[in-house]
Amino acid sequence: MFRLRFVPDNTKIKFMRGRFLGLLVSAVLSTASVILFFYPGLNYGIDFKGGISIEARTQGPADFSALRSKINGLGLGEAQLQSFGSDRDVLIRLERQPGGEEAQQNAVEAVRGLLTKSFPGTEIRSVEAVGATVSGELFQSGMLALGLALVAMLAYIAFRFEWQFGVGAVVTLILDVTKTVGFFVITGLQFNLTSLAAILTIMGYSINDKVVVYDRVRENLRKYKSMPLRELIDLSINETLNRTINTSFTTFLATIALAVIATGAVKEFAIVILFGIVIGTSSSIFIAAPILLFLGENRLRRGGKPKAVANARP
Amino acid sequence: MMYFARWQVVLILAVLTLGTIFAIPNLLPSRINQTIPSWLPHPTVSLGLDLQGGSYLLLQADSESLVHERLQTVVDDFRAALRTARVGYSGIGIQGHAAVVKLLDPTKLDSVRPALEAAAKDLDFSAAPDGTVSAALNDQALQTMVRTAMTNSIEVVRRRVDATGTVEPVIQLQGADRILLELPGLSDPEQVKALMGKTAKMTFRFVDESVTQEQLQTGNVPPTDDLLPLASAPVGGERPAYAVQKRVMVSGENLKSASPTKDQNGEWVVSFSFDSTGGNRFCDATKTNVGHLFAIVLDNKVISAPVIRDAICGGSGQISGNFTAQSATELAVLLNSGALPVQLKIIEERTVGPDLGADSIRAGVYACLIGFVLVTVYMVLAYGLFGIFADIALLFNLILTMAILSVFGATLTLPGIAGMLLTLGMSVDANVLINERIREETKLGRSPVAALDAGFRRAFGTIFDANATTIIKMFILYALGTGPVKGFAVTITIGILTSMFTAIVFVRWLISLWLRRRRPKALRV
Repeated sequence: MFRLRFVPDNTKIKFMRGRFLGLLVSAVLSTASVILFFYPGLNYGIDFKGGISIEARTQGPADFSALRSKINGLGLGEAQLQSFGSDRDVLIRLERQPGGEEAQQNAVEAVRGLLTKSFPGTEIRSVEAVGATVSGELFQSGMLALGLALVAMLAYIAFRFEWQFGVGAVVTLILDVTKTVGFFVITGLQFNLTSLAAILTIMGYSINDKVVVYDRVRENLRKYKSMPLRELIDLSINETLNRTINTSFTTFLATIALAVIATGAVKEFAIVILFGIVIGTSSSIFIAAPILLFLGENRLRRGGKPKAVANARP
Repeated sequence: MMYFARWQVVLILAVLTLGTIFAIPNLLPSRINQTIPSWLPHPTVSLGLDLQGGSYLLLQADSESLVHERLQTVVDDFRAALRTARVGYSGIGIQGHAAVVKLLDPTKLDSVRPALEAAAKDLDFSAAPDGTVSAALNDQALQTMVRTAMTNSIEVVRRRVDATGTVEPVIQLQGADRILLELPGLSDPEQVKALMGKTAKMTFRFVDESVTQEQLQTGNVPPTDDLLPLASAPVGGERPAYAVQKRVMVSGENLKSASPTKDQNGEWVVSFSFDSTGGNRFCDATKTNVGHLFAIVLDNKVISAPVIRDAICGGSGQISGNFTAQSATELAVLLNSGALPVQLKIIEERTVGPDLGADSIRAGVYACLIGFVLVTVYMVLAYGLFGIFADIALLFNLILTMAILSVFGATLTLPGIAGMLLTLGMSVDANVLINERIREETKLGRSPVAALDAGFRRAFGTIFDANATTIIKMFILYALGTGPVKGFAVTITIGILTSMFTAIVFVRWLISLWLRRRRPKALRV
């Protein structure tokens, strides 16, 4: 019977040989991402920056220059026009209007009025207007969510495993998140609430992957009491390699449909997730495992007294 | 591990059957759905505004203006009390959250104290020896005031929204001073926004005819008057202002009903009728003031200021003031719904047109189908028969997720659909883990039953840990996210929880059935 396998069984790849390279590449990428975060910075969407975003579908192919000049003529600041989907779809973005919450609403009304009057037959498909109060709050709670998620993961892994695992996982997560932020800057994808959901999802996915590898390390620690940690980690990665690849592949397949078919925010969400799957999977092998090796050499408890939780399995 | 008692089998089948029954109505067109007899369960997942189209508005109460208004009445009452008592004062006004006045002669304090305290009831009253009197609004009073105002505002907002004919609106208090509005099916919320933007405090008051034109222009009107502009400026002309007495003849609270009509000249007017108190008061006031001007004031603007020709005692009347059909209707709705106790500002708007929503649903359904097919095909290629088991589990995972969403009345949003797709990938992870483990155990030379047993047992810990971390994240996202993002967290959580049942329990049962029938000598995973 045919079986699709991306890697043969019983691989014995010496992943830990590349531990310095892995960490180095990761550190460089993450540092670059942090720099990108400050300059040129994220393309914050209206959720976090406030402003107006209107999706319109014109009767015929959209006349961008006419739209631009008319909208800019309203005196609401420089409008950003973006084409997406078909050639009739236009995304109009306006900066947050100075002068309080009413100013947003007045601007929305002005653009709405202009579109229906000057471009008859235009369908206004969506309108979003976020004022200063709400965007500030959303940003705060978003950052809080990220922070809480990191702390919760550290606590959970440290509780279920040992602290070395927890630190390894969380450091890796931070590196994953910074790279994802870098991805946002390079691609110029809008950073919105859904982006935050994407980052949290990637964190969840990445930690899943670490849990699987770490779980095997923990099991092998009890099984092979005298094997050097370096070999033991390599063995664990190799043993779980097929699972890692199969799971990443199925998740990738499920998400790719969304990235191709969906439009707008959801498409961007799916693209980020695809990126995150690659990052999250590779970081288990090249970052989380080496960190564990550095932290755990001669320190991780072997067999003898397995943690109480380990016995809790049915 | 591979043995199932009869009651366990019954339980598994019951869960799957119930899940299917609850999920099916979602797949049927609504036309057929309506023919399902009511004794059968037929809940459907409610669609979020991003999928069915509609408008989401977040309104914030201007509590500062509420405070200001409350303190202003105290200041006015102070002034009136001091005037009646003929006590000299200076520096009357609002300072921070307090109404303040300084008596020129501090020894007069005792004589006017009762009157001042009465004016400042519910406030922290204090009087300094130098004659400074202040009435401060403490935090508790402020909170109570805001809470009461919000409770009343919600009712007014509901009446106004209902007047627009919106079906199944959601109107909720959010936090201390916000109101969340979800208006399904509304693609242009202009009308609602216009209605929310006005507090609609209406009063009928006399125009102070003693004020000269010069006083009007300099804005130097007596403190008992308000200088108010006309609501609609005449074409090409300057907007005139009126000095209107602060004393209210009849207030909007005494209005019983209002409706837009046309008068004998074919102009749009708003006809109204008073309740009996209002009618009597209006009758008395007009009777003694024939020939004088009175003003109809809405939100500190004069709609019109007609001359009283006769006593108006029928308990009803008409308001004219350059209305169009639309503005007359709007005013009637505002009057019927009552005044908002506090000014509301729109601080967030998210509107999705019905077409975009339908497009999103279509894209979501296609993406789910394609994703499902890709994943299932891959699983069969990777694990053969065991892949097919996992695929059946995956199908039921989707069904159960839909069922749970329906039963709990959860809302499916576009990110929620994305969440469903992601759970497709994540829930087969459980089966991937189990299958890989079974493979390993088989290779170690264990018998099929032992390998299966060990595979499920050993993989469980890993699956549990992996899923627990994801669920923790989703709780955080749910707690801190808003609207559509919450939907994402909900579907992922439900999807993962159901996958613990479908991928582990259900698949194990399927394999045990297969094991008993085929009695394989060796496993090919």
